[in-house]
Amino acid sequence: MGVTKEDVESALTSKLNPSHLEVIDTSGGCGASFTVEIVSEQFEGKRLLERHRMVNAALTEEMKNIHALSIKKSVTPEQWKQQQESEKSQSAA
Amino acid sequence: STRCLAALTPELRTTLDKVVTSHKVVLFMKGTKEFPQCGFSNTVVQILKSQNVPFETINILDNEMLRQGLKEYSNWPTFPQLYIDGEFFGGCDITVEAYKNGQLQELLEKALCS
Repeated sequence: MGVTKEDVESALTSKLNPSHLEVIDTSGGCGASFTVEIVSEQFEGKRLLERHRMVNAALTEEMKNIHALSIKKSVTPEQWKQQQESEKSQSAA
Repeated sequence: STRCLAALTPELRTTLDKVVTSHKVVLFMKGTKEFPQCGFSNTVVQILKSQNVPFETINILDNEMLRQGLKEYSNWPTFPQLYIDGEFFGGCDITVEAYKNGQLQELLEKALCS
C-alpha cells in the first residue's frame, strides 16, 4: 500500500509543472515519509502557506498513505536561482 | 452510512471555532507539550517554548474524530497544526521557516498584544 517516490514525483510534476524537483524517501523504503524540494512558477505571488497547500493538494491521493511529508523548499525559479548563487558565493568565500 | 465520511460535523466546527479563538496560540499535536509523541510535534513545541509565549496544546491522538475533523477544518492533511490568533498558521516546516526568518516572533508579539 506504500506510496513510491515515483508516485510523488509524477503527481507533483503533472500538477505543478516544476522546473526543479527533488523527492527524497525518508521512510527507509516503506514509502510513508518524504522530503520535497520543489521549484515552480506557479508559486509566484503566493505566500508560504499557500504554496504548501498547493503541494498538499497535488498529493491528495498520496497523502492518504503518507505519514509525514516535509516540504523543505517551495520556491519560484527566480528565488531558486538567487539561493543557488548565494550558496555558490558562500562556499567560494 | 455517510455520516462516517463527514468527520467535521457542524458541532465540531463550532467547538473548534471556540478553541482556536479562546487562546492566542493553540497547537494541535501528537502527544502533549510535556510529552510529545512525534518529532515534528516536538519541534514546534520547542520553538514555542523558546519564544516564551503561553500556548495550549491539544493531543489529537486522544480523539480520532477530532483528528479527522481538524484536517478538514484547517484544510491541512498532517499534524502538528499551529493556530495563532484564531488563524491557521501552518505545520512544522512553515513554523521552522518562520522561526528562522523572524516572522514567527513578530506575529506572536502582535497576537499577544492584540
